[in-house]
Amino acid sequence: MSPTESGPSGTVPAVGLTDVSMAFGGKTVLASVTLDIAPGSVVALLGANGAGKSTLIKILSGVHTDHGGEVRVDGRPVALASPLAARQLGIQTVHQRIGEGIVPGLTVAENLVFEELAQKRGNPFLSGRTTLARAREIQAGLGLDWSDQVLKQDVGELGISDRQLLILARALATRPRLLILDEPTSALSAAEAQRLFALVERMREDGIAVLYVSHRLGEIDALADRLVVLRDGLLTEDQARPFDWDAALRAMLAQSQEVTTARPVREGAEGEVALSLRGVRLFEGRAPLDLDLRAGEVTGVVGLLGAGKTELARGLFGAEPFATGAVELDGTAYAPRRPSDAIRAGVHLVPEDRHADALVPGWSVARNISLPFLKSFSRAGLMNRPKEDALGRETIEALGVVTRDEHSTVEELSGGNQQKVVVGRWLAHTPRVLILDEPFRGVDIGARRDIGRRARALAAEGAAVLVLSADVDEVLEVADRVVVLAAGEVHLDAYGEDAERDRVIQTISASV
Amino acid sequence: MTTTQSTEVPTKAAIRPATSTAVRVQNAVIKYGFIFVTVALFLYFALSEGSFRESATLLDTLRYVSVAAILGLGVTLTMAVGGMDMSVGAVAGLGVSVAAQTMVVFNQVGTVAILAVLVAGALAGLLNALLIVVLKIPDMLATLGTMFVIQGSKLILVDGQSITPGMTMSDGSTAPGRFTDGFLKIDRGTVLGIPISVLIFGGLTIAAWVFLARTRWGRVLYAIGANPEASRLAGIRVGAHRALAYVISGVLASVGGLILASRIGQGDVSAGTSQLLEAVAVALVGTSVLGRGRPNVWGTALGAVLIGIITTGLTIKGLPYYTQDVVEGAVLILALVFSFTLSKRRTA
Repeated sequence: MSPTESGPSGTVPAVGLTDVSMAFGGKTVLASVTLDIAPGSVVALLGANGAGKSTLIKILSGVHTDHGGEVRVDGRPVALASPLAARQLGIQTVHQRIGEGIVPGLTVAENLVFEELAQKRGNPFLSGRTTLARAREIQAGLGLDWSDQVLKQDVGELGISDRQLLILARALATRPRLLILDEPTSALSAAEAQRLFALVERMREDGIAVLYVSHRLGEIDALADRLVVLRDGLLTEDQARPFDWDAALRAMLAQSQEVTTARPVREGAEGEVALSLRGVRLFEGRAPLDLDLRAGEVTGVVGLLGAGKTELARGLFGAEPFATGAVELDGTAYAPRRPSDAIRAGVHLVPEDRHADALVPGWSVARNISLPFLKSFSRAGLMNRPKEDALGRETIEALGVVTRDEHSTVEELSGGNQQKVVVGRWLAHTPRVLILDEPFRGVDIGARRDIGRRARALAAEGAAVLVLSADVDEVLEVADRVVVLAAGEVHLDAYGEDAERDRVIQTISASV
Repeated sequence: MTTTQSTEVPTKAAIRPATSTAVRVQNAVIKYGFIFVTVALFLYFALSEGSFRESATLLDTLRYVSVAAILGLGVTLTMAVGGMDMSVGAVAGLGVSVAAQTMVVFNQVGTVAILAVLVAGALAGLLNALLIVVLKIPDMLATLGTMFVIQGSKLILVDGQSITPGMTMSDGSTAPGRFTDGFLKIDRGTVLGIPISVLIFGGLTIAAWVFLARTRWGRVLYAIGANPEASRLAGIRVGAHRALAYVISGVLASVGGLILASRIGQGDVSAGTSQLLEAVAVALVGTSVLGRGRPNVWGTALGAVLIGIITTGLTIKGLPYYTQDVVEGAVLILALVFSFTLSKRRTA
């Protein structure tokens, strides 16, 4: 293979890929991907879960080394033999799961200079002063305004969006040629995402190439110069601005039918009240909250990080009982002291973080599904495995979980399919109230639609469904009724036409 | 048909690892390596030493390991909930003293002694559960604390002396009781030629296996060990189940104490101390049997048998007793290499 010195237009791409391919056990996951990323350009990478995005990212970040084809940095062919080699060649990756990037127990400053600490050859003795000075430099380069007090804090005291900024700052301190951002906004509120977008703009000005991986079309529309779509390991679409979204989504989903779901139909309150909250305080010192959730409808609660969505969900589920107020379930007092109380009453929760709070690692799909209702799969304590496996197969079928079979471990599944497993475990016993906290985070569009459809079907069967999300579009897609929550208080509560997108967004921004 | 099905291709992990010969050999080594080593060692000793072939030797080997194995079963349960019981040796030792005290000093029959020992074991387990579940002390530290407390209070109970039949008590009188014949049969008696202690070991192994691998309670214990918060949010009473694991471990340890007391025939104050490390070792060795990489009952039982074969075999070969620790330690480290190093590499 001869090195390509320059692209056809004369500019040398920051990073170029020629015929890059990857197979696992004879199965092609990435087939001959050719892509040039110019310096100072933001290229958006779209694809359903399992399309090959993560494989491509892992090749570029030096995790998968046995790929086919050629990778060039500044026109020179390179071997990305390890994550360290990739970083030294100027390819930095900020992964979706922020926790993997920070070192707990160290201060913010130490985390900022961590990469240099880990490689430094000179003086092995660390002085707090030099660390702090270097940390100041790094954060100033990003335009952050953290005080020394913040820098000296334990990193655990930073919020999730600040942690992400920290990781970004650290990556940018090495002056990379290419920065890969993998679902960078999945844990951020709208305002925090804006801060990130401003940073991406600066990177563009500084000539850093950015590969932006996201499911959120709005962000791509706002940020990217170019978008490429991966499907089944092939680059199926390559567009410059202005983007043709219909074509992009079709390339991604391989379906010519309309891609966005029509708004649900219910125009006003109809069903009887299933859950009624009176005087519930989500935060100390905030006004109490009154809210009725009706059977047969999907209530969407929108709010930024810190609005009280998770507090509401966990309170109703008994994971962190409400300190004040009263709740009634179908007219009788309901005060779950722990999740098992809620589950017995038919109130179920799909928690925000499926890895930390829902899935049992190393367990099969079937066992993850049966976990909350083990009693119904056992007699005199002895497990009835055939019955358990049968439910696994049923759930896989009902939700369209893509997996080899019910015995696959959950780690083998993509994010969207893992989420389907977590939702599916609550469908064994028809819930009275199903609470879904950020159910579409890190979930591809296909799975998002399957889960949304399932939630609507459940409501149609008479359950009260509560969907909580920071993403307005996600909520509008699935909810009959939209509630805007800010600092533990309701700012809007509307059905149908009244819950129109612009109005919801205006209410949110007015409430900040 | 649906979008998801048409757009998904299996991700890396969804595909079985490449089945090259090297990988297959490595997987086989991880899965069957330990059983292979056990069988090979057994054959080696059996072929080279005539006395090793006698069934009496084999049953003696099993009798010898039964205490560490039963203690190891308890450790396995606590490891399943993500913890570790360091107090099993002390609880077994407590059992020895309580048995001696009940029979020798209080002149009670064997049945009463057995009940008293089991109750003491359950109480020790409850103490562990209290420290770990209610007071939130990390498992290993809490049980290390109970280990010292139990050892110390046992010494106070018996004035620092071993209880032997016919000994002079602090008020000058002679101890009225003795170890009953029935009680001594626990370790020394046989049924159909098999020592009762070996039968207890076998029975408890099967019971523990059914409990841990086949009942929903066992499933719950493993779930708690793998992800406690997810278990709680799936409606599991995490604290109650962790407490259950420690109480069962305490009772199992006291059963080990019963066998030990029956074997020694007196209230030896130092009894049980050496059993702790062996119990923890067999449970850890057990995680590598069949390449499971997690605590499991058959693994623990097999680990105990393996250690028994090695010690008996080497003893017959004429290796001095004081080399045993080194050999057992080496076996443990080898097992940990199987459990952690090799199986991690496989899944990486």
